[in-house]
Amino acid sequence: MKAAVVVFPGSNCDRDCKVAVERSTGAAVDMVWHGEAALPAGLDLIVLPGGFSYGDYLRCGAMAAQSPVMAAVRTEAERGVAVLGVCNGFQVLCEAGMLPGSLLRNAALKYVCKPVDLDIVNGQTRYTAGFGERRTARMTVGNGEGNYFADDETLDRLEGEGRVVFRYRDNPNGSVRGIAGIVNEGGNVLGLMPHPDRAFEPELGGEDGAVLFRSVLGSA
Amino acid sequence: MRATVHVTLKPGVLDVEGKAIEGALHGLGFGGVSGVRVGKTVAFDLTGEDRAAAEAQVRSMCERLLANPVIESWRVEFAG
Repeated sequence: MKAAVVVFPGSNCDRDCKVAVERSTGAAVDMVWHGEAALPAGLDLIVLPGGFSYGDYLRCGAMAAQSPVMAAVRTEAERGVAVLGVCNGFQVLCEAGMLPGSLLRNAALKYVCKPVDLDIVNGQTRYTAGFGERRTARMTVGNGEGNYFADDETLDRLEGEGRVVFRYRDNPNGSVRGIAGIVNEGGNVLGLMPHPDRAFEPELGGEDGAVLFRSVLGSA
Repeated sequence: MRATVHVTLKPGVLDVEGKAIEGALHGLGFGGVSGVRVGKTVAFDLTGEDRAAAEAQVRSMCERLLANPVIESWRVEFAG
């Protein structure tokens, strides 16, 4: 198993993601600088980590979406490689047009940082199959612009196609229809606002992040 | 010529910053204020004299980077 974490200027969860994936799955994890035009060969998972890429200038994720490495990420995603965008990584995937919708300023204008309970809406994805019969998970959010938005037509399509994967049980940021995570049409690209990389050991308050990482890498 | 691009959230997209400013203006006694929307301005110099070509370039810039068509609309003014 092989994974890579993309590092943008301003990423701050890149090492968390590396350690989380390594300890959860035993996979070898490469760190890839955003200026690289190519990714290592034979990847099973590419993680776009949380943080404040390019200082959130212009819009969260807007600059990072134009980074040289993103062309390679897009190519790998089209080949079916798993791509997980966490928090700022989710914003980058939306800005890159790899996932629909966008993430707005939190409804209460506050940065929220706390554990949240999630409903697993679709337990059949590569990321959630490992949860088995469980339909809830607990991870930690840390965002100021995690308020998912898309138009009603897009939302209806996402829900109809089973592409809403995680929903907040108690919406912390005003996300439309309580959406915390969605997948692309192929089911291999997941954008997730809560951090699995902050929930992979009991000492962190839970291990559901590890379940997610094992799920996606076990199915790769 | 100088291009000034104004980017704002589309009508119907909740502008929480605008809402907060509206509340603060009400607090200052400006009770007649409603519909506050916050945006940003990106201004830059652009080489060339052809206005139509400049408009086409700015359109491409806005579609690809300066605005997010999912949530934002934009307009441009040229001077010089």
